[in-house]
Amino acid sequence: MNAIEVDRVSRIYQKYSARHRFQTFKSALVKGDLFRALKPDELVTALEDVSLNVEKGQTFGVIGENGSGKSTLLKVIAGIAKPTRGRVRTEGKVSALIELGAGFHPEISGRENIYINGIMLGLSKREINAKFDEIVAFAELEDFIDAPVKTYSSGMYMRLGFAIAINVNPDILLIDEVLAVGDASFVPKCLDRIDDFRRREKTILFVSHDLNTVAKICDDVAWLKGGRVQAVGDPKRIVDAYLQDVAEKQEKDFEKRRQEPARIQVEDKDRRENRWGKREIEINRVSMKSLEGKEKSVFSPDEGMVIEMDIAAPSRQQDFVFGIGLFNSQGISCYGTNTNLEDYEPISIEGEGKVVCRIERLGLVNGTYYLDVAAHKRDGYPYDYHRNLYSFLVSSSLRDEGIARLPHGWEFSENIKISPPKKGQAGRPLL
Amino acid sequence: MARFFHNLKELYKFRILIQNLVVRELKARYRGTVLGFLWSFFNPLLLMIVYTVVFGFIIRPRDPAFDQSPWLYALFLFCGILPWVWFSSSSLESANVLITHGNLIKKILFPAEILPVVTVTSNFVHFSFGLPILLLFILIFGKGYTAYVFLLPLVILVQYVFTLGFSLLIASLTVHFRDIKDILSNLLTFWFFATPIVYPMSFETIQGSSLLRTLLNVNPMTHIMQGYQNCLFFGSMLRWKRLGVTFLVALILFFIGAMVFNRLRDSFPEEV
Repeated sequence: MNAIEVDRVSRIYQKYSARHRFQTFKSALVKGDLFRALKPDELVTALEDVSLNVEKGQTFGVIGENGSGKSTLLKVIAGIAKPTRGRVRTEGKVSALIELGAGFHPEISGRENIYINGIMLGLSKREINAKFDEIVAFAELEDFIDAPVKTYSSGMYMRLGFAIAINVNPDILLIDEVLAVGDASFVPKCLDRIDDFRRREKTILFVSHDLNTVAKICDDVAWLKGGRVQAVGDPKRIVDAYLQDVAEKQEKDFEKRRQEPARIQVEDKDRRENRWGKREIEINRVSMKSLEGKEKSVFSPDEGMVIEMDIAAPSRQQDFVFGIGLFNSQGISCYGTNTNLEDYEPISIEGEGKVVCRIERLGLVNGTYYLDVAAHKRDGYPYDYHRNLYSFLVSSSLRDEGIARLPHGWEFSENIKISPPKKGQAGRPLL
Repeated sequence: MARFFHNLKELYKFRILIQNLVVRELKARYRGTVLGFLWSFFNPLLLMIVYTVVFGFIIRPRDPAFDQSPWLYALFLFCGILPWVWFSSSSLESANVLITHGNLIKKILFPAEILPVVTVTSNFVHFSFGLPILLLFILIFGKGYTAYVFLLPLVILVQYVFTLGFSLLIASLTVHFRDIKDILSNLLTFWFFATPIVYPMSFETIQGSSLLRTLLNVNPMTHIMQGYQNCLFFGSMLRWKRLGVTFLVALILFFIGAMVFNRLRDSFPEEV
């Protein structure tokens, strides 16, 4: 049996501009056609032809980028927003955790707010009385329950909001990203409660950016993109597909940004601060390529990378070193080397040329990395130093940690029963 | 029409919530003040003192109804100001109420019409805090009571329906046309003086001009205020026909207010 049925739902938001507002007000006053005057001048489609079925007792995840319509879907199911087209049917009592403590009044005490909020969420006074101690204990607010809510920290505020909402004891629980703000000890507690819900065969609709949790707790996942359902199904598969899509988008963004090194020659001020040296030897262009020679900016850890530098030396130089450095987003040096450290002896350089550094396998973990390139003398005197001017992304479905992925494998004796990662899931490079 | 009655029934269903929100409103309003709920009384009292000094002592009441006595005039003023404050604060607060409680409408499945109802009702509670004090003052300084004082609840009912209708209309329209807030505060000042509150209807300049009389008579608040003045100050019979017509107008306004509110309801979550 389905607990939630969303049948070809579209939701269109209306935007009114300030000028339009004035005109409608005028025409509403003059012509008296208030409702016709309230025609919007811009429409935003938040959901388009969305159909979903969530079975009773299922934990259903919804993922997607910001603005993909996740929250709107939740609001439509909760009944807060009406679908412009289509139909939503829910079976049983619905409680929506869209914003915790949304109805709190800051001036009155936590105790009074529990009652008012509870009533707002559909509890009777007697039910609240029965659950009062449990709510307070769960929120860990025993000592502050009679203080006005405005004196609460944001953590206390959130805990109280969650404690009330979860105690409404709904048949369908809608959760929108509310756990993102919790501290390290409260989030597991909330997840425990959600687990408890699942065990009691209640239906949960879970909207989150925390893909790990989604993959872990959900039975089924829907991926929304631009207001449409892109895919529905097995959490692991959908999360992977979503990640791949995100990686592709990042690649495109990087593609755009990659045009920027050309602008270094323009030497805008910010850039100059990241580049120094008298340019007796100049690095004109830097490109990052795959081992096959295709320019790219998103790499898998197992891929190699070729760094090409176009060099120009207007006059003959006899003392020179070429170097590269890779830094992660925290500024930690992941690897750095130069021709001098590797005992290359400079003899002479003049005119234009090319230096290529070929890394056979990147072996870094997921993240954004910055590339330094430099030409300098052996004593460190810089000819041309580019600091953090180039960046690339390492992306894969594996979530190992640290700085580098050391080449490794696992072996198990025969009494340990463990199945290897399924083909096409873990360990598969995304690009 | 069916939807209208359906909504009325819904409102009844939410009475516990309304009751709790009114209590919350009252508690929150004076939380932290020394005088607490006494402000419900002091606010109209201070307003009355200002008008008494200006119109009672400086300009002096010329109407024979007051026997040249500034004190009687003060009582007369109080009979009008107390209910007027109920009406004007209700409508001013209603203009804001959907916007300030936007997160309720946006984040919780919450029947928005409750908010203006709570506003009007909590202002009514302030009014009823002030009422016993007014009754006491009339007993001490006034001409005494007649049995007509028992008709007071009828006048209050007419005003309640009228205020609620006006508030529903203002609350829903302000969401789309924020200018209404500023227009309203000016309109209320004008409206205050266009209602026989600081002067009695029997004032010679009014009785002498048929234009003024007509203008005042088409103002529903005139008949509501006269209702209070008749019951409390003059101790005379209500003017049934006029009050009856006003009640009809109040009902129509309430119906229009509820209808407009319903039509605009779906746009609230996006616009507040």
